[in-house]
Amino acid sequence: MRFTKFTAALLCATALAACDTVPKASQNPDDFRVGAGDASDPASVAYFQQTVGDRVLFVVDQASLTNSAIATLNAQANWLLEYTDKTVTIEGHADEQGTREYNLALGARRASAVRDHLVSRGVADNRVKTVTFGKERPIEICSDETCWSKNRRAVTVVAGGLTS
Amino acid sequence: MKTVGFACVVSLTAGVGALAQSKPLRIEITEGIIEPMPFAVPLFVAENAAANEYAAKLTQVVAADLVGSGLFREIPAAAHISKISNFDAPVQFSDWKAINSQALITGAVSLTSDNRMVVKFRLFDVFAQAPLGNGLQFVASSDSWRRMSHKVADAVYSRLTGESGYFDSRVAFIAEEGPKNNRKKRLALMDYDGANVRYLSNADDIVLAPRFSPNAREIIYTSYETGVPKVFLMNVDTLSRRVLDSDPGMTFAPRFSPDGRKVVMSLTERGNTDIYSFDIASGRKQRLTNSPAIETAPSFSPDGRQIVFESDRGGGQQVYVMNAAGGEAKRISFGDGSYGTPVWSPRGDMIAFTKIHKGRFHIGVMRVDGSQEKLLAGSFLDEGPTWSPNGRVIMFFRETAGAAGAPSLYSVDVTGRNLRQIKTPTFASDPAWSTLLE
Repeated sequence: MRFTKFTAALLCATALAACDTVPKASQNPDDFRVGAGDASDPASVAYFQQTVGDRVLFVVDQASLTNSAIATLNAQANWLLEYTDKTVTIEGHADEQGTREYNLALGARRASAVRDHLVSRGVADNRVKTVTFGKERPIEICSDETCWSKNRRAVTVVAGGLTS
Repeated sequence: MKTVGFACVVSLTAGVGALAQSKPLRIEITEGIIEPMPFAVPLFVAENAAANEYAAKLTQVVAADLVGSGLFREIPAAAHISKISNFDAPVQFSDWKAINSQALITGAVSLTSDNRMVVKFRLFDVFAQAPLGNGLQFVASSDSWRRMSHKVADAVYSRLTGESGYFDSRVAFIAEEGPKNNRKKRLALMDYDGANVRYLSNADDIVLAPRFSPNAREIIYTSYETGVPKVFLMNVDTLSRRVLDSDPGMTFAPRFSPDGRKVVMSLTERGNTDIYSFDIASGRKQRLTNSPAIETAPSFSPDGRQIVFESDRGGGQQVYVMNAAGGEAKRISFGDGSYGTPVWSPRGDMIAFTKIHKGRFHIGVMRVDGSQEKLLAGSFLDEGPTWSPNGRVIMFFRETAGAAGAPSLYSVDVTGRNLRQIKTPTFASDPAWSTLLE
């Protein structure tokens, strides 16, 4: 009789221990209303979202800015040059017609295109951050172009504003 | 954390004439396999009362593993003529031959007073009336009874195919819940067959695409914990975790090198995504691609010398191979459509990929030079292949279309047969198959 021994570290089968989490912005939607302000106040985040326009849309698999996007971004740049205490994060998104990791890179490209445009219009580089969400955060959920066209977006989120 | 030792005792088979076999019972895994090999696995013998509750469960999992591979067909117990009531008694081969069972698996289980489980099995070639290999015995805590079944099934698979098995393995994946526009994602771990699901994170942050270290003790994955996508390294026993590269920039699409010392991943700076190699011990990183295009989804060859990845440097998303130190890359995908998520087979012979063509997503494989492309599955959205430890099966996720669309896990044989859904408690995506456990 021959003995062979091997050992294995078995995974703990007990309930998951609570994970410590890094502090971050609250995800309670109520919190975002604070500071959004009245849309009639041009300095408010609500005004930026509704009147200036907080998002631009992209062609399938592209990160180049359309004429309509450029017009929106020019208005965003003017607003940011007026209200110089505001900082923004550009969220780049893709539709579901791509693989997950490629779409992360594509969303980053779109966010960067928006950032570059704002900076080219005089907005200080250090006021504009970018993040990609790839296809992780669709706002429209059908699986055809009516939804996909709205999901291929870059949203300029003013600090204290409502994210999407 | 709990550590359980598996002791494997190889014993000589007693009570059976050792006949010399001119043609051993063998199933060849090739394109040509159509007829699964019939086998019988009569109820394992419970050798003491404490083992009663485990005998049927153990037997059932062994059968499920083998049947699930698509290579074997179980002859149901109702058709059996003999019963096995004593593990060491001589086998009545004529009774198993009469029901055309080519392979016979007998087993026994007992529990020791300190709650350790002893599982024994033997495999027989019924028509040759001879054992196939020695009997084996596994000893472990009774908590890990499923692993003992998987080890038995792996040994049977290996003896009958000549290749290593894949049943005693795990899959890391993303458990998903909630509506499509507010999906909650958690890191999760399960046995390869969907059993023993365990969650490794809460749903506070988006988590994506876990991948195992070569020894299956750690995973790397992408998390939005800090607000932007960053690659994290987590020990799956202790759940301790850390950001791999704390420099600014978004990181994602990580994979370990075969020696476990490095991670290759994408790093995005000012909108441009390139591939970097990151040395875990020293924290040093090395840039491997340098182009304004998207370079992502890197995967090492099993010898660690090459990296396959995807790039849109030629205008569309395609698969390229480069030296592990970077430098010039050679495009290998040339079919119609886009190609992404390449993963090198653990056997080294093939690359699995996701192909997007005319609005449909396919899972496919090709030789490492790009030849012999074969599509294994396709739907509205099939994505993210991962290889079984023996390189014979691919798992991926399939997401359904529409407002109620959601992902679930599937596996398919590398020949394109035996497409099966893996049942999970929640929606599931981004599977990553471990190596065989030790």
